[in-house]
Amino acid sequence: MPTSQPAYVHSWVYLFGAITIAALIWVVASGVVLAFFGPQWWHHSSIGRFFNSLHFWGVQVFFVFMVLHLWAQFWAAGWRDGRGLTWVIGVVTFLASVVTGFTGYISQQNFAAQWIAVNAKDAVNGTGMGALFNPLNFGQAYGIHVMLLPVSVVLLTAAHIAMVRMNGIVLPIGAPAAAAPDAATSSGARS
Amino acid sequence: MTTVDRATYYRDVRMVPFDLVKEVVVATVGVLIGVVILAAVFSSPDVPAVTIASWATADPVDFVTTATGELAGSSTSADYGPPYNNNEGSVQTLWFLKPQSWAGVHTPVDPPGQFVIQPLQQAAVGNPALTAALSTFQGAGDDQRAAWLDAYTTALADAQFDGGQVTVVAGDYGPTPVLMNSLLALARTGGLDGLLLANDQFFATDYTGSLLFMGDGSYLSGLASQQNLTGNQWGMMNETGRYPGQAWLWLYTLGYQVPPFDQEHGFLGINAGNADLAITVTVGVFTLLLVLVPFIPGLRDIPRRIPLHRMIWRRYYAELRDPPAAGDVSEGTDRAQPGTGPTGPVTI
Repeated sequence: MPTSQPAYVHSWVYLFGAITIAALIWVVASGVVLAFFGPQWWHHSSIGRFFNSLHFWGVQVFFVFMVLHLWAQFWAAGWRDGRGLTWVIGVVTFLASVVTGFTGYISQQNFAAQWIAVNAKDAVNGTGMGALFNPLNFGQAYGIHVMLLPVSVVLLTAAHIAMVRMNGIVLPIGAPAAAAPDAATSSGARS
Repeated sequence: MTTVDRATYYRDVRMVPFDLVKEVVVATVGVLIGVVILAAVFSSPDVPAVTIASWATADPVDFVTTATGELAGSSTSADYGPPYNNNEGSVQTLWFLKPQSWAGVHTPVDPPGQFVIQPLQQAAVGNPALTAALSTFQGAGDDQRAAWLDAYTTALADAQFDGGQVTVVAGDYGPTPVLMNSLLALARTGGLDGLLLANDQFFATDYTGSLLFMGDGSYLSGLASQQNLTGNQWGMMNETGRYPGQAWLWLYTLGYQVPPFDQEHGFLGINAGNADLAITVTVGVFTLLLVLVPFIPGLRDIPRRIPLHRMIWRRYYAELRDPPAAGDVSEGTDRAQPGTGPTGPVTI
């Protein structure tokens, strides 16, 4: 575990990823509580409603800062110096999170869930994915939302963090090169 | 790819102390405080779900009109196509792409039978009038049934709801009014909700039938429109009430607001009729580019050509231009020295 960091890391931009991870922790924690008490608990329990609210706002914070982190890393060309796979895993994590959010919205068991599912079915069916996933099947969406996708997001996030820690924070664009950069992943932003 | 140690990679960079555990704890607690405040102050959206019963009670004419369409086989669901049936009413194709047809039928739905006839058969037990009406309807020829249903559908445009019945002007509708008002009565009691969900099994979590039926009517979409949730209202990224929705779907939602995706004829074979497929393909291509941006010359050069990074590393570039004296900085001034600094391997 590193005990020092480059001074240029002291920027608000570098907090976006940390806040995203922190939000994910609370999204998963509140989700575990909601899953434990069942999908209808939060509709008729004030404490359940509060945990659902924690989950809801945790998801909003998670996505806001995940998108900020993604764009910040894009404009910083965070994939340089051999970090291409870190970028790829990060974007895939974002995509998995989008699908997780979608299955969560159609698992709410309220009007929004009904309407989103009714509309989304046309896009899902139009691409042929309706053969695998039926948005109108609450049981399928809920199962995928509370188990398969969260596990995927957490594992992808863990892999992403491990790669960031292993490779270190990329140098600023234009910084003196430490060694000859790998053309496949670093020449774009290296000036 | 070359591996160098951390000190070599950061050899010209000023290093400062860093406590990862402290950072994680501060971020986690900070986010918890923020989320608890948001949850306590704003709660979360929960507009109650629509049921068949609430629909039939709030808008009985729309319910009967929709049910008549289901029985006639002219509803959106009845004519949908895969994965529900083999029709083609909602099948989307784009150039040579026909993924919906290729995927085939995987969730069979028979709207006339499942939504109307079978529930009425259950309700007909002990009801001679309904039994006779069902017998008459099923015993008639296809042309006769179509004529009754066409005439009744036309008359429903001026229907009234009175005394628990939907009434229309006198005409030759055969047993259709009896069937539809019986289904309406069943729906208003909540019985149809159960029958559509049960599907011959005790445990049930599949709402395909109920949601397809409700989606064919105009009541559900009317409520959605009031909440700004329809496709042309950026509905995919909205939520009921004044809550934020799936804002991260903005690019996907944008497609439904602009040509050619929102036009009847469009161009290059893309139009409102295949907008779902076309937008998904378009967003899919953008997404693939985003995933692979580190490996695409030109695309990966954008951050260097548009120097927003100068905002991110403003202090770093300032120090490059005007290096601080050792006593001018309040925090770490050590520079990583090869062989003397932190030694974790760094892959570059």
